[in-house]
Amino acid sequence: MTSTSQKVAGIPAAPSVRRGRPRLGEKAIEALLVLAAIVSVATTVGIVISLAVPTVEFFGTVSLGEFVTETLWTPLFAEKHYGVLPLLVATLIVTAIAVTIAIPVGLGSAIYLSEYAGNRTRAFLKPILEILAGIPTVVYGFFALLAVNPWLRDIWPSQTKPEFQNMLVAGIAMGLMIVPTVASLAEDAMTAVPRSLREGAYALASTKMQVSTRVVLPAALSGIVAAIVLGISRALGETMIVTIAAGLKTDGIIVNPIDGAATMTAYIAGAGQGDLPVDSLDYLTIFAVGSTLFLFTLALNALSIRMVRRFREVYE
Amino acid sequence: MTYPEDPMDTTIVPPRLSAGLSLHPSGATHGGENTPVIDLADVAVWYGDYQAVRGVSMPVARNQITAMIGPSGCGKSTVLRSLNRMNDLIGGARVTGVVSYHGQDLYARDVDPIEVRRRIGMVFQKPNPFPKSIYDNVTYGLKVNKMDTGRTDDLVEQALRGAALWDEVKDKLKTSALALSGGQQQRLCIARTIAVRPEVILMDEPCSALDPIATGKIEDLMHELAASYTIVIVTHNMQQAARVSHRTAFFTAELDDAGVRHGRLVEFNDTGRIFTNPADKRTEDYITGRFG
Repeated sequence: MTSTSQKVAGIPAAPSVRRGRPRLGEKAIEALLVLAAIVSVATTVGIVISLAVPTVEFFGTVSLGEFVTETLWTPLFAEKHYGVLPLLVATLIVTAIAVTIAIPVGLGSAIYLSEYAGNRTRAFLKPILEILAGIPTVVYGFFALLAVNPWLRDIWPSQTKPEFQNMLVAGIAMGLMIVPTVASLAEDAMTAVPRSLREGAYALASTKMQVSTRVVLPAALSGIVAAIVLGISRALGETMIVTIAAGLKTDGIIVNPIDGAATMTAYIAGAGQGDLPVDSLDYLTIFAVGSTLFLFTLALNALSIRMVRRFREVYE
Repeated sequence: MTYPEDPMDTTIVPPRLSAGLSLHPSGATHGGENTPVIDLADVAVWYGDYQAVRGVSMPVARNQITAMIGPSGCGKSTVLRSLNRMNDLIGGARVTGVVSYHGQDLYARDVDPIEVRRRIGMVFQKPNPFPKSIYDNVTYGLKVNKMDTGRTDDLVEQALRGAALWDEVKDKLKTSALALSGGQQQRLCIARTIAVRPEVILMDEPCSALDPIATGKIEDLMHELAASYTIVIVTHNMQQAARVSHRTAFFTAELDDAGVRHGRLVEFNDTGRIFTNPADKRTEDYITGRFG
């Protein structure tokens, strides 16, 4: 502010709006924020590159045709086969079981919390739900193996009991694991639906269930689909539960859920324990499988975005 | 609008809201021109321990427009929402006194609030169409009340005509209701309300979010609707009350000895009387602009 230097006798100085000292703190903060943004973007780019390069190298040796049509995945055996289908099928089966559990239970909890529970009940239950989301997956893995599976074998109706490690228990445990994620995010989306829409529906003689399913659920759909997709993504990428509870069997496509089979993540975890020589073909398989998983998650996200655009009801 | 085949036609038999016998056998309190559709006797509404409004005794006459006016915080909307049990949705809200509908206490234990709202519909302050198509907005109430059997298209047209909206939307029934203007949205909300054929329509400041032209259309519509429906309107616009209503209730908010604000009904009379020759000094001050 330099107004005093411009004062002329008798004439009051005009108030100065000129630039004074540069605000250094502001610049520094902006730089730090840009840096923070770059770190996450750069990490993603780095991961994609470090996945892509070895994957390309892998397909230099193994043909893409063999990778997607061969029905055996035995890169670590004497007789080597490089068909990713067994891993893919196991991943899809476990994820499908998890989603079958997580969607009804998760959405049910969300509807209860958002539309039925009183304020006090919700204030009590929601934090508990969110704590559940923080249980380490290794705990879920042993829970599946040592608690769910014995119980499942007890009540199993037919003579062929589930194997010690099987996809069904892994899927059940994984489903329970993602319930809190789905429930909590879906509840957020439903709570965000304006009260005025609910009142309009109640004033037309709707029951609570009709308000929930015909008005609130469609209006919150984009958030709910996002919750489900995040749940599925967690299920696809989950490693510990499937490694512990579904096993590492990869010789052939296994479709019976009471048998054990390795998912893509379980194979990666099993193979990538440090005893494979770097740049060997065995080592490269990890990256080929990793890329496949990455593409799957990406496709799922793209699909869900399209679905949301198609079906959501935009309120304001 | 007329529904000659309507089995719910209430001119002969009062509707039942509950499985039990209605409090008064049909005919005893019903049928006369002056018998109120809704009658409030010493009604007070509480939110927890707070008495928001008290001392409300007034009838709502059939096929008339009854206006509730008064300054902000006088409890007029609260009383309106007690007429179709919308206050049930607010935790801790309760009603004392008697709100009777055709002689049945609306707050009796065996009354089903869903049935109450089937017969006493509501239009809100801000237009709140569902984020669905125009058509689906009108059929929503038909579906949840299982009235969408057969001639749904006709019912939709009837309701939209009844709300003076048909000509503007007949070519775009499948487009989103949110693409309509505010005034059209509010008329759509009226259309979906009359689609389920209520007896009473409650309107909570239905024009406060609209421009004067849209307001004029809604007011014209209210005159038409009064032929078939009983209307209760809350408005902060005194001219609107004077223009549209037959009878007017004036509410105000007063501090009690402990300094707590309570709304109360000051005066209820024919609209002409309220605006030209009010009995109470507070009413006179309010309508002449000396207060509020």
